[in-house]
Amino acid sequence: MELTNLAPIVLALPLLMFMIIGLFGYKMTPKFSGILGTTAFSIVTIVCYYIALTYFFGSGRLADGSMAKEVIFNFEWLRFSENLVISIGFLLDPISAMMLIVISTVSLMVHVYSMGYMHGEEGFQRYYAVLSLFSFAMLGLVVATNIFQMYIFWELVGVSSFLLISFYYTKPSAVKAAKKAFIVTRFADMFFLMGILILSFYTQTFDFGPLTEVTNNHVAIVSETMGGVTFCGLSVISIAVFLIFLGGAGKSAMFPFHIWLPDAMEGPTPASALIHAATMVVAGVYLVARLFPIYFFEAHDVLTIIAYIGAFTSLFAAVIACTQTDIKRVLAFSTISQIAYMMVALGVSGYEGNEGLGFTASMWHLFTHAMFKATLFLAAGCVIHAVHSNEMDAMGNLRKHLKITHIAFLIACLAIAGIPIFSGFFSKDEILVAAHEASPVIYWCQTLVAGLTAFYMFRLYYRIFWYNEPDYGHHTPHESPANMWIPLMVLTVYTCTSGFFPFTEYISPDLMGFESHIHWNIAIPSVIVALIGIGIATFMYKKKTEYPDKVVACIKNTYHYAYNKFYIDEIYLFITHKIIYKCICDPIAWFDRHIIDGFMNLLSWITNKTSLEIKSFQSGNVQQYAWVFILGVLSIVALTIYL
Amino acid sequence: MDYSNFIIMNHELSLVVVLVALLLADLFGKNKRIFQFFAMGLFLVHTVLGFTHWNIGEASAFSGMYVTSEIHVLVKNILNIGTLIVFIFAFYWNENKNKNQVGEFYFLTLSTLLGMYFMVSAEHFLLFYIGLETASIPMATLVAFNKNKKESAEAAAKYILTAAFSSAVMLFGISLMYGACGSLYYGDILIKFQSTPLHIMALIFMFAGIGFKISLVPFHLWTADTYEGAPTSVTAYLSVISKGAAAFALLCIMIKAFANYPGTWQTFLWWIIVITITIGNLFALRQKNMKRFLAFSSISQAGYIMLGVIAGTPQGMAAMVYYVFIYLFTNLAAFGVISAIENKSDKLTMDDYNGLYSTNPKLSFVMMLAMFSLGGIPPFAGFFSKFFIFAAAAEQGQYLLVFIALLNTIISLCYYLWVVKAMFINKSENPIPTFNSDNMTKIGLIICTVAMIILGFISPIYDKIIAISFGM
Repeated sequence: MELTNLAPIVLALPLLMFMIIGLFGYKMTPKFSGILGTTAFSIVTIVCYYIALTYFFGSGRLADGSMAKEVIFNFEWLRFSENLVISIGFLLDPISAMMLIVISTVSLMVHVYSMGYMHGEEGFQRYYAVLSLFSFAMLGLVVATNIFQMYIFWELVGVSSFLLISFYYTKPSAVKAAKKAFIVTRFADMFFLMGILILSFYTQTFDFGPLTEVTNNHVAIVSETMGGVTFCGLSVISIAVFLIFLGGAGKSAMFPFHIWLPDAMEGPTPASALIHAATMVVAGVYLVARLFPIYFFEAHDVLTIIAYIGAFTSLFAAVIACTQTDIKRVLAFSTISQIAYMMVALGVSGYEGNEGLGFTASMWHLFTHAMFKATLFLAAGCVIHAVHSNEMDAMGNLRKHLKITHIAFLIACLAIAGIPIFSGFFSKDEILVAAHEASPVIYWCQTLVAGLTAFYMFRLYYRIFWYNEPDYGHHTPHESPANMWIPLMVLTVYTCTSGFFPFTEYISPDLMGFESHIHWNIAIPSVIVALIGIGIATFMYKKKTEYPDKVVACIKNTYHYAYNKFYIDEIYLFITHKIIYKCICDPIAWFDRHIIDGFMNLLSWITNKTSLEIKSFQSGNVQQYAWVFILGVLSIVALTIYL
Repeated sequence: MDYSNFIIMNHELSLVVVLVALLLADLFGKNKRIFQFFAMGLFLVHTVLGFTHWNIGEASAFSGMYVTSEIHVLVKNILNIGTLIVFIFAFYWNENKNKNQVGEFYFLTLSTLLGMYFMVSAEHFLLFYIGLETASIPMATLVAFNKNKKESAEAAAKYILTAAFSSAVMLFGISLMYGACGSLYYGDILIKFQSTPLHIMALIFMFAGIGFKISLVPFHLWTADTYEGAPTSVTAYLSVISKGAAAFALLCIMIKAFANYPGTWQTFLWWIIVITITIGNLFALRQKNMKRFLAFSSISQAGYIMLGVIAGTPQGMAAMVYYVFIYLFTNLAAFGVISAIENKSDKLTMDDYNGLYSTNPKLSFVMMLAMFSLGGIPPFAGFFSKFFIFAAAAEQGQYLLVFIALLNTIISLCYYLWVVKAMFINKSENPIPTFNSDNMTKIGLIICTVAMIILGFISPIYDKIIAISFGM
């Protein structure tokens, strides 16, 4: 089959499903809509796999050994000027092909899993409709041929994320969380749009083709049109790409835009697995990777800033994750920390050959993280399904009741902790190698984060599956139905195996690929750190002991700050309510209510008064009519002649 | 005498045939119902035949006093369609309340139509004046048709007095023009006209006479009283057909006779448009009687129509003809609803319309469409006609004028929506009871409703008009 014919299916089918289930879902039984959505998405998944595998193992490898950048189709949608065109197209290159696999796999698993998890929920059809919309938007985002198409789908994933977080819209907390997520990401997207506008203003193109074309260590179109242009002493290129990065930071929950992600856990757990763990939140990483040549060659300072922001965020989130008691929030902070890891990898990456390891590692970690984090979320979903609570205190000793979930969770925990043979070990190792080559500060910071990650993940693991069994009452937890544990198992298989795929040969910034091997000098310390983390967790949480309380008592203040997420939310609230609302919004509202409305009322009052005043002209006297008539004629004559 | 001259007067000749046939039928026919069908059928044939006259192209007769071209044919066809719809709405009234004068109603109406044909086709002020008078004098009789009603007689008296007055002023203007230019042909005046006080005075006196027909401020004072007193069908005819014909004739005069001094007449026309729209709106705001209300609304609509004249370009002419075409359906729909309600319940004030939706939802719906269309709310036809006429004026740099007109549409929306509010929102103790209109009224309302909804979307209409329009 020709890819040209297949590729449109990837976008068209989910959109079609969204429309069909969205419009006619209320006439279907919930089960039918679920099966319809899942079947259709299975086809999409097969097509995605076909496209990606054909690309990686067939048409993608060019004669000179580099990977191709193919534009499968690209039609003009909106023409602004001679050069500036928005197209909707399908770009196939190593990272978009990889993303096709990530999105289709996780999304299909979530489709299947939700049939069990969401069973009996009100709005089941709506859930599936939005799931299709999200899949459409996310697929459209990764295959975008130009930055504006990416922006359009970027907003679409934002909308579907909003719709899924607010799925339980009768719950005030869900509504609040959805609003928060939408406003925070939208706020960041504003910078993204500004960045796009600046970039396209100078380069006169949206197309990724020219924007990522590297010649002689320069992105020609950018350096020729924007090189040397400064604004407030800063290079315009740096400003533009930093603004674009801010957009990515919003979606990928980088500090200080991270505040929406923990709250977004109000949504259904499978949706969290898909959107807020595996796919949408890595869009920011994907965006930076997509424009990597510009960042690397034209705005290296920004890339360094990205590395430091990433390093700080990963440490910051990891510390908070150690203190949270809601299992989904622990996973959310872990997600923030891991995405920041990917950002760090991009930030420290080089470009050519082996130096591009950071970039490769970032994409690799994106892949493995998507798999094990989705596993963790789906397993957490099974746990929540069994005990009907998100709080750790309601859990304990579940390994006896949920055997399959226990195994899946354990494997995913080992993977995220970076224990050898599991996928996370490989990708994390590459990131640390890249960081080690770039900067010792970042390297040690990331190693510390690796230890913390192992600690909080195993804290979570022990609290759920070991620890002391709480009183479950009559309701003994039991294993989930097959349509929930089968997807879990499939993702676990990916978690175990995806480390062995030779990513470095296929994905690299210069598209050439390179050989890689495990750097034991980096790997051994990181594994030891991880094992220490696991050891401490085992010591403190395998059984109920007094150690956790003692530790908390020792570092009471720090614990308190971390538990309250360092009061970032409160700072935001203070700035918005006390400063922005009080000092800007209130005066504007007053101005609107009194000056603008008052002026309008004055106008209507004048109109009314005038019409009352001139009423007497229409007296009914025909003599007067003739008088006005002739007077009118004469005055017009006078006016025309003398003016 | 060259009789081939007559051949190009297709519309006029066939209308004369219709008139004679009606006169005879009225003499010998006894059954008024059959007579009405006969009259309408005959006029329908005349209307349909009118559409076959496109092929004449440009031609003139009587030493150039009479001209015709595709746009003239089109305007006459539009007048025909309007008249036909007026007849449809008048059917019930003729049958029940006007039994003794049915023949006269048709005969007089069609006589005025004949006068309008000549007005439109005139290329000489004398022919124009004859056309104008032919269109005016029978109208006075029509206004007085409700003989036993005092208001009708009063309206007719006011109309005939003002008409005579304006006619005198106009004739004075024409004679001054003759004295100044030595000819009454538009073409000759175009060459000889100058910007001297005498010429300007002649122009404005003449303009006042037409301004009276279109009811531009300050020549509008008769409008409200006459509209209120006249039978509703006649009011509808006056407000749409008579106004449209006069506006087109004015545009032709301005383009053909005074194109060399556009600054002169555009200046005063600018002021007249502004005060016409504004005063029309301000008075409409105060009206409680629906017919009076529509009278003032039609005054302000006349101001909008004049925007096409002030543009003076082919676009202006096309936009104006299009405006009249749309306005015809819209305003006739409003009058159709009013006359349907008046026929059944004799109620005419806006307060009577309270709660109409609960009893007569379909009528309320048509009325709402008409009000939306008059107010220029998209996507109804009235929006497109307003859009084109504003665009035509703006193209000539009349930004301030268009801005004032736009401001006025806001005021006009206010009173148009009052009617809608009365029907849909206001509650009433005793709303107009539910009734079934006669079939003729239904047909008329359906035609108008369909036209209001879809005409705006049929772009070939405007394209056709602009293809045959001319300008300065």
